[in-house]
Amino acid sequence: MTSLLVLVLLPLMGCVVTMLLPTRARTALAWVAGLVSAAASAWVLSLFPHVRDGGVILQTIAWIPSLGLDLVFRMDGFAWMFAVLVTVIGALVCLYSRYYMSPTDPVARFYTCFLAFMGSMLGIVLSGNLIQLVAFWELTSVVSFLLIGYWNHRADAQRGARMALIVTGAGGLALFGGVLVIGHIVGTYELDAILESGDRVRTHPLYPVALTLVLLGAFTKSAQFPFHFWLPRAMAAPTPVSAYLHSATMVKAGVFLLARLWPVLSGTELWFWLVGGAGAATLLVGSFIAMFQHDLKRVLAYSTISHLGLITLLLGLNSPLAAVAGVFHILNHATFKASLFMAAGIVDHETGTRDIRRLQGLMRRMPHTGTLALVASAAMAGVPLLNGFLSKEMFFAETVFISAHPWIEKGLPVLATLAATFAVVYSLRFGYDIFFGRPIAPDLPRQPEEAPRWMRIPVELLVICCLVVGIIPAISVGPALAAAARPVVGGVLPEYSLAVWHGMSAPLVMSLMAIVGGIAGYLALRRAHRAGRLMNAPMTGRFNGRRLFDHALAGLTRLSRTTVELLSTHRLQPQMFTIIAVALLLALLAARGFPLDWGDRARLPAAQAFVILWVIGMVCAVSAAVMAKFHRLVAITLMGGAGLVTCLTFMWFSAPDLALTQIVVEMITTILFLLGLRWLPMRLEGVRKRFTLRDGARRGRDLVLAVAAGSGLAALAYAMLTRDAPHSISPFFLSRALPEGGGSNVVNIMLVDFRAFDTLGEVTVLSVVALTVYALLRRFRPPSESIEQPHQQRVLPQEIATDLVKPHRTGDAGLGYMMVPAVIAHLMLPVSVLVAVHFFLRGHNQPGGGFVAGLVIAIAFLMQYLTSGTRWVEERARFRPPLWIASGLLLAAGTGLGAVAMGYPFLTTHTAHFTVPLIGEVHLPSATFFDLGVFSVVVGAALLILTALAHQSIRAHRPTAPETPAPVPARSG
Amino acid sequence: MEALLAIVIGVLGGSGIWLVLRPRTFQVVMGLTLLSYAVNLFIFCVGSLAIDKPPLVRAGVATTLENYTDPMPQALVLTAIVIGFATTALFLVVLLASRGLSGTDHVDGTREEEP
Repeated sequence: MTSLLVLVLLPLMGCVVTMLLPTRARTALAWVAGLVSAAASAWVLSLFPHVRDGGVILQTIAWIPSLGLDLVFRMDGFAWMFAVLVTVIGALVCLYSRYYMSPTDPVARFYTCFLAFMGSMLGIVLSGNLIQLVAFWELTSVVSFLLIGYWNHRADAQRGARMALIVTGAGGLALFGGVLVIGHIVGTYELDAILESGDRVRTHPLYPVALTLVLLGAFTKSAQFPFHFWLPRAMAAPTPVSAYLHSATMVKAGVFLLARLWPVLSGTELWFWLVGGAGAATLLVGSFIAMFQHDLKRVLAYSTISHLGLITLLLGLNSPLAAVAGVFHILNHATFKASLFMAAGIVDHETGTRDIRRLQGLMRRMPHTGTLALVASAAMAGVPLLNGFLSKEMFFAETVFISAHPWIEKGLPVLATLAATFAVVYSLRFGYDIFFGRPIAPDLPRQPEEAPRWMRIPVELLVICCLVVGIIPAISVGPALAAAARPVVGGVLPEYSLAVWHGMSAPLVMSLMAIVGGIAGYLALRRAHRAGRLMNAPMTGRFNGRRLFDHALAGLTRLSRTTVELLSTHRLQPQMFTIIAVALLLALLAARGFPLDWGDRARLPAAQAFVILWVIGMVCAVSAAVMAKFHRLVAITLMGGAGLVTCLTFMWFSAPDLALTQIVVEMITTILFLLGLRWLPMRLEGVRKRFTLRDGARRGRDLVLAVAAGSGLAALAYAMLTRDAPHSISPFFLSRALPEGGGSNVVNIMLVDFRAFDTLGEVTVLSVVALTVYALLRRFRPPSESIEQPHQQRVLPQEIATDLVKPHRTGDAGLGYMMVPAVIAHLMLPVSVLVAVHFFLRGHNQPGGGFVAGLVIAIAFLMQYLTSGTRWVEERARFRPPLWIASGLLLAAGTGLGAVAMGYPFLTTHTAHFTVPLIGEVHLPSATFFDLGVFSVVVGAALLILTALAHQSIRAHRPTAPETPAPVPARSG
Repeated sequence: MEALLAIVIGVLGGSGIWLVLRPRTFQVVMGLTLLSYAVNLFIFCVGSLAIDKPPLVRAGVATTLENYTDPMPQALVLTAIVIGFATTALFLVVLLASRGLSGTDHVDGTREEEP
């Protein structure tokens, strides 16, 4: 029952279920999500005995062992408290959302994201490894983006979601950096070890860097000044999302992290100034702006900002007691703020508006909701007998008794009282303004009624919690708080007492001052508002983080656009030029410091025939490069010449397999080019463009680069050829081929056995290419001038009639004058098949194998297409290339999986020996079946590519062929 | 022999690069084919040149690199040849599709060679 991994996975599995349910099945979805969250919360609650007295539940699962990274799930008292918040409030929000969401909303998406969020939040809380924590941290950012932007048709939701994602996501990156630095300092990412090594971290020279980066992450997530601006914008989310993410969970992740790392990072001047400073600023700014908001949810959003600032400030004071108060306030704030968000949602739901200026006297129509909201807002204001009062008293006590710089000793209590006064003002605006006062305005979008009973239940439960904790704190929350706070302060709890009455102390006086001052301030503000003054928060224009954010974003966009315009181009030629030039430059740079000298390996004497061969080959290559522009057919022929010489080179230097493969590939590539040639435009002979200086300069530049790169290649090749090759792993293959691979052709054994996985990948690529070619050609529209019959056929006179050439009557031009080659090709088909079978069977021991055999078969079939025409062939034999490809891939992969089934690694070869009558003893390695699969894929892929290309001419001719020949100017005879 | 082969690799590679930098799609595809010859030969040469030592194990001959040429580059080049065929086919069809869509065989799909 203590597998924390399952606990984290539970909501994630639930989200798979909700994803599959019908999108508007509100009730079913709420049941699933609610049950999942309720089960998770019951589970978490049942774990309390394990963590009560400082116990830790640990679960380690190997993740990336080579990097020393494990998945560690870890629950101590503090993590337990957060897990309770996440699951219990999650369950309540599930119930609440059932009534809040409209029947027309796509609710499945809502619950799916909701559960995904719950899972990732649990992941943060229960991570025992900082890298893992960061991963879940970013996951919450992404899911919260989806949740804030749930109503994705609304512009404000889009903007708010994007802003939240950018701010918290960027913070997450900073946090990642910080975590890496901490990991560097400590030597591990495991939380347990890091919590132990606080001194080492604090005294390390990199501590300021680590601290700043971690704080950037925490501050952005917890909406601390100056990153607070995203939270009010995120109020575009549905209210249940705000109640969950923006009160209890997501925004608490930042303070969670601060408290989590409190034993490691706190205790320094830097911590005090950064954390305490940000907290104090946020507390004051948030509560000040909250007073002037008119939207219920925005009041709550700014109030949340200020309360998070309060928690941050408490954690920043470097005092264990303050940290305990911070933990306590996390708990209290979550309870009252979630209930307030839900109450605001009910008001919005019932009246159709959230504008405080339009809402009044709602108590008459919705007494239940009103009472609940009043109690919760009293807790927010810090009224005695409610939970908010207790943690605020502790805060006041800390500010009074702090020992620091005199300015701080004097200033902090004033700041605290001031912020508490502001809190009373906005709480009154929220509670009193909308429920009391003049009767309900008649012009509301909807006439309010009391909310459904089950919608109020979650609010009631939370408000009861506020009351119980506020009245009998030591009994109700005492043990849980002690368990939660102990790990935060490093194991030893300071002395504190949870009681409502501590006598007439300074904190109580401050509380009373705040309440009295707050009421006075509220009345003054109401008068000002009625008179139309102070409608916006004064003096905050300059601190507008949002405007800064927008400016920064616009600036970045402009910068990136300019950079792209400056550095990039859509044109291919400059890109190619840059790639090659940079490659050349890098090679030269890398060679710096190594003088260009040749090795002393014994040279092979130059053979005259070979030299002549390559003189021809190089002439072919260079002329192909020149002719590619002027005469494509010639270029293809010359290219074939260079290919043939390459093939002979392989033959010459003891590579028969390569020579075989090269020659068949050469043939098939040439056929391919010839088929494609048909659709390229004719060179416009007449309109020769005037040769400009710029063209010349460009050609000169390209020529220089080509010559430079070519010379570099040659030098490199020569330097390499004159040295002995390292042969690091080659002897292994040589010596193992026969005993272990069961064949004497080492290259083939390598392909189908030692490196079979590579070959499997290769035939997969081949299949993908073939299917891509097929798919591309299905949509191919030949250019108009190519659709007409070829020039040679058109110029033939209509009445021409010979025995062989019937150009205007036969669909396939080949049928007539290709009669003789066709007959030969028909006759050769069985011979070719025999050759292929021969190559295939001997491949294991002699040059050959699946590739060559496959290409030979493909060429044999293609010869039929070429000589007899597509229609003729397909009327007689229906090749199904996709079938060949699919069965080949299945066979190859199946052979590999067979080894797995037998308990060996993927693609392990097994050789069977048995005796067949007449033939004798036969060795049958399983690699043969693999090779058969390769063969099948090669046949299928080659056929699919080439027939797809060949079919174009039939398709293109369909409108005009063959009964209605293209109009030919009749010659006057 | 080594010097000749090095020059060959340089000439094939240089012609290929020249073609790859040209404005017509057909030239680029041709250039890639030439480049692949050069690269295949280059990889092949890594194993050092040997005559009459094919990596076919013969009975009674010790399986060491003195008696057989290096099979490793050969296996790599064999894969490269087949993949080269596949990419050439793909490029050719992309070339045709681009020609059909844009009406020109310029690499940028624009009719004029603008600067």
